[in-house]
Amino acid sequence: MNDSIRESLRRLPGPFFGDYGGRFMPESLIAAIDELAAAYDEAKADPTFQAELAELHRSYTGRPSIVTEVPRFAEHAGGARVFLKREDLNHTGSHKINNVLGQALLTRRIGKTRVIAETGAGQHGVATATAAALFGLECTIYMGEVDTQRQALNVARMRLLGADVVSVTTGSRTLKDAINEAYREWVTSVETTNYIFGTAAGPHPFPAMVRDFQAVIGDEAREQMLAELGRLPDAVVACVGGGSNAIGIFDAFLDDADVALYGVEAAGDGVDTDKHAASIERGRPGVLHGARSYLLQDEDGQTIESHSISAGLDYPGVGPEHAFLADIGRASYIPATDTEAMEALRLLSRTEGIIPAIESAHALAGALRLGRELGPDGVILVNLSGRGDKDVATAGRWFDLLDDGAVQS
Amino acid sequence: MSSVAQAITGSGALVGYLPVGFPDLQTSIDAAVALVENGVDALELGLPYSDPVMDGIAIQKATQQALAAGFRVRDVFTAVEAVRSRVDAPVLVMTYWNPVVQYGVGRFADALRDAGGAGLITPDITPDSADEWIAESDRTGLDRVFLAAPSSTDARLAATVAASRGFVYAVSTMGITGARADVDAKARELIARLRAAGATGPETIAACVGIGISTPEQVTEVLGYADGAIVGSALVSALAEEGVAGVARLASALSHGK
Repeated sequence: MNDSIRESLRRLPGPFFGDYGGRFMPESLIAAIDELAAAYDEAKADPTFQAELAELHRSYTGRPSIVTEVPRFAEHAGGARVFLKREDLNHTGSHKINNVLGQALLTRRIGKTRVIAETGAGQHGVATATAAALFGLECTIYMGEVDTQRQALNVARMRLLGADVVSVTTGSRTLKDAINEAYREWVTSVETTNYIFGTAAGPHPFPAMVRDFQAVIGDEAREQMLAELGRLPDAVVACVGGGSNAIGIFDAFLDDADVALYGVEAAGDGVDTDKHAASIERGRPGVLHGARSYLLQDEDGQTIESHSISAGLDYPGVGPEHAFLADIGRASYIPATDTEAMEALRLLSRTEGIIPAIESAHALAGALRLGRELGPDGVILVNLSGRGDKDVATAGRWFDLLDDGAVQS
Repeated sequence: MSSVAQAITGSGALVGYLPVGFPDLQTSIDAAVALVENGVDALELGLPYSDPVMDGIAIQKATQQALAAGFRVRDVFTAVEAVRSRVDAPVLVMTYWNPVVQYGVGRFADALRDAGGAGLITPDITPDSADEWIAESDRTGLDRVFLAAPSSTDARLAATVAASRGFVYAVSTMGITGARADVDAKARELIARLRAAGATGPETIAACVGIGISTPEQVTEVLGYADGAIVGSALVSALAEEGVAGVARLASALSHGK
């Protein structure tokens, strides 16, 4: 790529996004990563592949997902008009299926019969287990022990779908360690196994490939906003852990200079405490899981464990394209605490009858704040990346909604 | 010829791995010295890291314990210097990449050279992602050991041989560190492919086999076709279970496999 002639920020090919990205990986995995990258390059240009994926999305995922205006919620956002891109209505309940179906098709294309994946909240694991069932692939999901406990319902869902779920007990026992363990397993089984990576991070080609598969969110939403309002939104807001739903909705708007892009990072107890997951706000560049990006780390480069009530955002790194967009100022990254996210979750539930995932509730918390800045003329598009069924037990405890003696998960 | 290459000349070398700071800094130094006193020809000192994706459970446990006990990156230079002052064997540092990046690649290279270190083994970067390290190792004269895997293409093996100095680390099997009953037939085939790619021995560049080796018999078998045999997890387990005396006994037994 020649920066001087490429004016568009859309669909940057990687492996580098500015100073970020790359492929810092053990040699044992390079052959498989190269094979995947080559297969993806071919598939990307193959109309048959694209048509097959589009048809799956139409007849299985339920795309296009709708856009819902939420006026009663918006009363709490300074009166700005707020629209939700309803990825929560996808089959399996989140945006993760968009990427998984693409990578499952690729798995079949390269002739592998087994897939593995990491999962935090369990949404990517459920989506992968679903695609494995659909395509007749063997499936093993790696999930941190802490997450298997706080997202027990999703563990049961994955097993019901026929996947093996491995509870990872090393390190912080969350998403970061699930990825470590999946890499270790992949090294031993790479001849038969494809790694379906869940977020727009990791080594090339994952950040670009996952972004491309998720870009359908923004492509649809941009058209829907134009059709509905005759104009683009003033701001697009999404939560950022690794950042796949955010880059998915951002991509279509990257060249629309008047559309502000906001990624909301999980601030846990607050970015000034030692319990948060705000990699861009409080991290610095480093190499983790195959790519250079912002990272929560100590002076020695040891990864610092992140904290968030949301398992899906509880990750100390972030996708390299977000690091790039932050550095060039095209997107802004703002924090939302556990408390702010849970308040937003309850508010959307009570005002609109939509229970969001705790991850997505971080984006809603960001939208409430931005709406108050934009005022009544503002239009905000929020990526509602997932639904909250999996989080009902957590919310029940947080808000003390459970009767004494009731069985809790 | 680098000190590592010199140590590997002859009938085949035994290379021993132990992490710095396990179970504590001084014991890790004493244990490394004991390896050399009991027949190990070259040392790999591991730099404990929070996310060791190429390590099995034995090394993970030891390095996480070292981190929990307060290991700092600078302890590696202390350990290298202390070991070098007590025994005459080359000392390589095995490290994941981010700690080097955060220390500063050039600053790390200077500190390692000043401590008397021979170079780095870098399990999670490949030559095509290592421009800065290649430049800094050239500047400081340090060795750079890259890994080759059974899955590597011929073109990648050639590039790895061309970029490496000291030796090429041939990963015996598709897997992570840890003792195995059989060191894969894949190791023999990989060494043959590395030979064809130019790693013909210490006079050009040596090819050593690591991962899975834990017994004197395996050392003998590997040295039948490779320039060196690398033992890690078995030594770490011996240190964990039986202390410095245990690791000395195992090193002595392994060196009889040479």
